[in-house]
Amino acid sequence: MREPIIKVENLVAKYDDKVILDGVSVEFYPQEVTVILGGSGCGKTTLIKNILRLFEPAGGSVTIFGKEITTMDEVEFDKILEKIGMLFQNGALLNSVSIFDNVSIPLEQHTNLPDEIIAKIIEVKLNLVNLGHAIRLFPSELSGGMKKRAALARAIALDPPLLFCDEPSAGLDPLTSASLDELLLKLKNQLKMTIIIVTHELASIHRIADRIIFLDNGRVLFQGTLQEAKVSGVPEITTFFEVGKFD
Amino acid sequence: MEYKNKTLFLEGDVTKFTTTDLLAEFSRIKISEIEFIDLQSVKSIDSAGVAFIDEIKLKLKDFSPKLINVAEDINASIETFSAEKMPEPEPAEKANIFVMLGASLYNWLDNFRDAMYLSADIAYWSFIGIFDRKGQRKGSVIQQSLLIGVDALGIIGLLSLVLGLILALQSAAQLRQFGANIFVADLIAISMVREMGPMMTAIIVAGRSGSAIASEIATMKVTEEIDALKMMAINPIRYIVVPKFHAITICMPLLVTMATILGILGGLIVGITYLDLSVVSFYTQVINVLTLKDILIGLSKSVFFAWVIVIIGSYYGFKVTGGAEGVGKATTLSVVASIFAVIVLDALFSLVFLI
Repeated sequence: MREPIIKVENLVAKYDDKVILDGVSVEFYPQEVTVILGGSGCGKTTLIKNILRLFEPAGGSVTIFGKEITTMDEVEFDKILEKIGMLFQNGALLNSVSIFDNVSIPLEQHTNLPDEIIAKIIEVKLNLVNLGHAIRLFPSELSGGMKKRAALARAIALDPPLLFCDEPSAGLDPLTSASLDELLLKLKNQLKMTIIIVTHELASIHRIADRIIFLDNGRVLFQGTLQEAKVSGVPEITTFFEVGKFD
Repeated sequence: MEYKNKTLFLEGDVTKFTTTDLLAEFSRIKISEIEFIDLQSVKSIDSAGVAFIDEIKLKLKDFSPKLINVAEDINASIETFSAEKMPEPEPAEKANIFVMLGASLYNWLDNFRDAMYLSADIAYWSFIGIFDRKGQRKGSVIQQSLLIGVDALGIIGLLSLVLGLILALQSAAQLRQFGANIFVADLIAISMVREMGPMMTAIIVAGRSGSAIASEIATMKVTEEIDALKMMAINPIRYIVVPKFHAITICMPLLVTMATILGILGGLIVGITYLDLSVVSFYTQVINVLTLKDILIGLSKSVFFAWVIVIIGSYYGFKVTGGAEGVGKATTLSVVASIFAVIVLDALFSLVFLI
């Protein structure tokens, strides 16, 4: 039996007194693309932010790479974070520095590589996301799609084995969205990355999902493959796929 | 609108363009008893028109009037826009003065604790940062020094010169009456070195750089840049705040020195032009009256002011919630709090050095 790369057990998340995640237990397996989906406000983003301790969980446990992280001290957790990339919904590029400098941050901070090697890595990563021409530009000079691709280049700068993406296709045109999906699949297949994606986009889900986790009102309604989901008979999931069906 | 036989007849367009007139007309009609509101002659109705019908039904609720002769399309609009079937909003909890006072005290203590933690974090990482540049971007201290120090030279220099001129002019009129013209040099030198130089510079830096620090960090927080740094295992305080802390610690005493010199220069200009003093006598008087203690007090105060400005700016920046509005609020609060803190701290210093 495969060992999960991330194991979440009975996770509880709250904003003030409002319960957002109510005893969520999910597993993520290596070298798979797992898509977390569900309606707006169901707790998708909260789930990944709690897994990554951007919000401290109110209860439950999270194990990443076999280590319990909820009780870990910051220094130890930073070592885990060095093996994780995160693509935020709006890119979250540092606006005060160029795209080159944005991608260089993790490389400069967590490696002792000489500047010329760092520059080469940045060039390669930006070309991988088709942004080789934008290397000296600033985030304010990029379109929304370009910002996301630049943020993806930064997220994969250290070749992390685990990549989180929060709504990577949101606000992108279908072509850009498809090319981003293609890139994520390439990262999974060629670099053996484990990818966890939060998205609503059905087209994207069909293209890249190995497994899905369906959340509803802070609880897990289903986890399994896409095919299993479609025949699961869970009314919310059936409605989700029916309403958003495309031809 | 017409009222007869216990029936109110509405006609024509009942829309946002006619509702105000219809309400005025309705208030003029004397209604003794009403059973029906007839909509047969209504041509069109929108959400404002439906709100008008809801309103008159509410005013006539003692009679419970019914809508009659409602065309299908008019009925569809009423079904869609009527507020009658909406759930009653939950009544707001009554404010209790003691609960409010308790909550604000608790909130204040919470904020104070957070500010203390942040100050400790900033102090710790700034000390570590002197020996270990890891976690900071290359050249960031120089870049911040340019922003906080060099870019402020003009405004601080100009204002200090003007301040010196004003102080000298105000005191000159009094001193002349006693033939004590030369003492304007003492007054300007002591006040600029010990009080006005450090405090004026701190106030300008709080307005310029304190607000910039708060808004930069607040914007980074709302655009998830802070979270992105955390996800790259980079401590946001080391990356963002420490370079500013180092830069302001270097720049502030230099700015204060310049401000003080220009303030005294302002006094000199008044002395020469208005009090018939010579450059040499003014200079000799300034040198004789100033002690090393005065200069050290002025400079050490400026460093504390600088730290307070960075800590308060960072605190409000990291504490921000909401979007653009939150950023604006954080910036304003940080400037107000910084200026307040600088003045209170200056008063404390005065008290300590007086004792």
